[in-house]
Amino acid sequence: MFSKALKYFLSVWVFLAMSNSLSAGVVSQADSLEAEAAPLDVKELILEHLKDDYEWHIATYKDKDISIPLPVILFSKNSGVQLFSSAKFHQNKGYYKGFYISKSGKYKGKIVETDASGNEIRPIDLSLTKNALSLLIGSFLLILLMLFIARTYKNEPIKPKKGVVGAMEVFILSVYDDVIKPVLGEDYKEYRYYLLTLFFFIFFNNILGLVPIFPGGANVTGNISVTFTLALCTFLIVNLTGTKEYYKSIFWPDVPVWLKFPLPLMIIIELVGLITKPFALMIRLFANIMAGHAIVLGLVSLIFITAGMGAALSSSMTGFSVVLTIFIYFIEILVAYIQAYVFTTFTAVFISGARVKSPKTEKSLKST
Amino acid sequence: MLLSILLQVATDIAILGKALAVALTVLGAGFGISKIGASAMEGIARQPEAGGDIRISMIIVAALIEGVALFAIVVAGFIL
Repeated sequence: MFSKALKYFLSVWVFLAMSNSLSAGVVSQADSLEAEAAPLDVKELILEHLKDDYEWHIATYKDKDISIPLPVILFSKNSGVQLFSSAKFHQNKGYYKGFYISKSGKYKGKIVETDASGNEIRPIDLSLTKNALSLLIGSFLLILLMLFIARTYKNEPIKPKKGVVGAMEVFILSVYDDVIKPVLGEDYKEYRYYLLTLFFFIFFNNILGLVPIFPGGANVTGNISVTFTLALCTFLIVNLTGTKEYYKSIFWPDVPVWLKFPLPLMIIIELVGLITKPFALMIRLFANIMAGHAIVLGLVSLIFITAGMGAALSSSMTGFSVVLTIFIYFIEILVAYIQAYVFTTFTAVFISGARVKSPKTEKSLKST
Repeated sequence: MLLSILLQVATDIAILGKALAVALTVLGAGFGISKIGASAMEGIARQPEAGGDIRISMIIVAALIEGVALFAIVVAGFIL
C-alpha cells in the first residue's frame, strides 16, 4: 500500500520533469524595470505572495530570480492542446506561441491569448500552478504520514506507541472522541473517515502555508477556490445524505401555514440558509488564513521599509519586527488548529442536522 | 482653497469609507468576543470541572463571531 502511493506520486514527478525545462531552475528576471531606488510597494509585495502563480519563486539573489518553472497545460480554441514550461514566458518579451500573461484588466496575472478581434480571451487553463503543486505535495506528505501511522498499528496493535505516532494518536483521538462521536451520535461510522480527512487536510495545509521555504509557503487554504471546494463538499454531503425529515423541514417546515402557503417565506429563508452555511465556512477559513499570511508578510516587510532610514531606526525596527513576527507565528499556529477544528465541527453539526430522525422512529429505536 | 480641500476629500472618501467599515467591524468583533471570554471566565471560576467543555464552546463561538467580522473585512477591504 505504501509502495503503491509512492509509485503514483513518482509518476507525477516524472510528468513534471517531462516539461521542457526543469533545467537549471535559475531564471533571470528579464523584465525587471524597477530601479533599486524605487520605494518598496508593500501592498503589491503582499498580494504577489498571496496569489497563485505559474512558477514557484524561491529567492531573489542579486537581481536574479531563483524559481522553479512549472508546467503550463492549456486547451486553446485556436491552437489546441499546449504543454510547455512557464520558463518560456521569460523569453521573447513574455510571448510564446500567442500566449502571454496578462498585465492588467480582468485577467491580470493569468495566461491569455488574443482572439480574432483583438480581445484577450482565456484558454482552458489546467496548468500545474503553485497552489496545485502545493496541494499535491501536501496531500503526498499527509498520506505518507498517515500510512506510516497505520502501518505501525497494523504491525503491533497492542504495544503503546512512542514519538510521532504516539503524539498523532492523541491528536487523532481528540478529534474523533470530542468532535465526531458526540456530534454525530449514531451515524458516526459513515462520516468519520471524511471528517477526519477533512480536519487533517485543512490543518496540514494551514501549517504548510506557514513554512516559509520550498514545499510550504504556497497559501493553499488562503485561496478561495480551495476553500470553495471544501465548502462544496460539505454542501453535497449534507444535502445528498439527508433524511426525509430533513427535506421536509426545508420545504414544508413546522411553522404556521401563513408563513408557507401563499408566499413561501419560511421556505425561501430555509433555502437561503442552505447556501449561507457552507458559504460562511468558506469565507471563515479563507479570510483567517489569508489575513494571517498578510500580517506576517507585512511585519517582515517592515524591515525593508525602514532599511534605508539610518542605522538606529532600521536596527531597532528589525528587532521589533522579528519579535512581533515570532509572536504572530505562534498565534497563526493556534489559528491553523482552531480553523481546522471549527470547519470540521460545523460540518459535523450540519451533517447531524441533516440526519434528523422523526420522533416516531426515535421512539421505536429506543424501545428495541 | 476650500474647494480644493473639498475636492480631495470627495475623491478620497471611498478609501475613508473602506477604512471606517473595517474599523467598525473590528470594534464589533472585539466587543462580542470579549463578552464571550468574560462569561467563559466566570463559568470556569464557578465550576472548574466544566472547564474543558466551556473552553471548547468559547472557541467555537469566538470563531463564529470572527467569521462574521471577516466577512465584513473581506467585502470592505477587497471587494469594494
